[in-house]
Amino acid sequence: MSAAIETRELSKRYRRVSALTDCTVTVPEGRVSALVGPNGAGKTTLLRMLAGLASPTSGTASVLGGMPRQDPAFLAEIGYLAQEIPLYRRFTAEDHIRIGAHLNPHWDASLVRTRLKELRIPLDQRVGTLSGGQRAQVALALTLAKRPRLLLLDEPVAALDPLARRNFLATLTSAMADAEGTLTVVLSSHLITDLERVCDHLILLAGSRVQICGDIDMLLAEHKVLIGPRKDTGPVERAHTVVHAVTTARQSTLLVRLGGPVTDPAYQAEDVSLEELVLAYMGADEANADKHLMAVGEDS
Amino acid sequence: MISFRVDGRSGVPPYLQIVQQVRQALRMGVLDVGDQLPTVREVVAAVAVNPNTVLKAYRDLEREGLVEARAGQGTFVRKRPPGPPPGTHSRLGRSLARWVRDARDAGLDDESMESLLRITLRADSGSEQIA
Repeated sequence: MSAAIETRELSKRYRRVSALTDCTVTVPEGRVSALVGPNGAGKTTLLRMLAGLASPTSGTASVLGGMPRQDPAFLAEIGYLAQEIPLYRRFTAEDHIRIGAHLNPHWDASLVRTRLKELRIPLDQRVGTLSGGQRAQVALALTLAKRPRLLLLDEPVAALDPLARRNFLATLTSAMADAEGTLTVVLSSHLITDLERVCDHLILLAGSRVQICGDIDMLLAEHKVLIGPRKDTGPVERAHTVVHAVTTARQSTLLVRLGGPVTDPAYQAEDVSLEELVLAYMGADEANADKHLMAVGEDS
Repeated sequence: MISFRVDGRSGVPPYLQIVQQVRQALRMGVLDVGDQLPTVREVVAAVAVNPNTVLKAYRDLEREGLVEARAGQGTFVRKRPPGPPPGTHSRLGRSLARWVRDARDAGLDDESMESLLRITLRADSGSEQIA
């Protein structure tokens, strides 16, 4: 399977601040990649560069086989939905559908109308008067009307209530099923439970750098939590890579990337969840990670 | 037709939840030979999971020989899973109830019993994998 996205040492600096540093990632075609990381880690910068909205300071990106650029042929295949849901609030959904038809070569207006009717969203009402969830659905339906091969979604569900979020994700997964493996998605979010349902690939950024990137099932299989008595962790550190360690007076809890089988019988090896994995890589400082990652139990 | 539930917090991977719910429906007789499973499109629209997750679950069930994909039509039940004869569940339930009484007499609370069962299940499945 070919790669929809391939970047090599992609970097972006604004004056002296590094927004993204040496980002090398690959997203195979047909996958839904979760783009995760603390605020300011470079998620939006990466998405904007992939969409051709910002140019890299150094490094290269190949998106659907081409270099991201402001060019109609490239943009026709990319759907980009910015965090603030850019719609003209005084215009109706129907107005947006007509504007889209003028601006896009492959525009499926009937697809948007059908989707919005299914969701019982009025086409003739100013979008400014719709709920946040309805506006997000309008924006997603419009983005899908381009029939893109790549969707870049920057925290599209952050401001939505649980039901609106579920509906938004159902529209997204339905579009994926319709595309039968030809639509690739990158979705940035802090909501791990949503990402767990929908995503099968992970890109984790922290401190402007890629911490891990790959197939979620494979990443989970490569990591374990080792629980054992407090003792010299030297042998464990030589055999595996310790990502995150919590040590009390008696016990060590180590999240490791396996370098081989766990041989020390003093350690009990437990499977990791996606949330544990993400938290471990986002930073050793739990308090800091909590600020950025909404607790799983917060809603629904 | 059956519908699926996917619980994001159960710790069981979503594809496995779908596999288990199909097997359970077959055991309970909710699904029978010849019945159609919901299409991938129907499942993802209802529970908002990745289509690849549903495909993976259906492929697993196909490998087990429980379902078959018919080109252009969908996925259909081929046979019921091999299972214990009727009455097995109630017989095992009675012996487990005896064990629970023993454990309670010995001073174990529910939580200790649950963790003991989990550990035993895990140890047992571990030894099966090695054998």
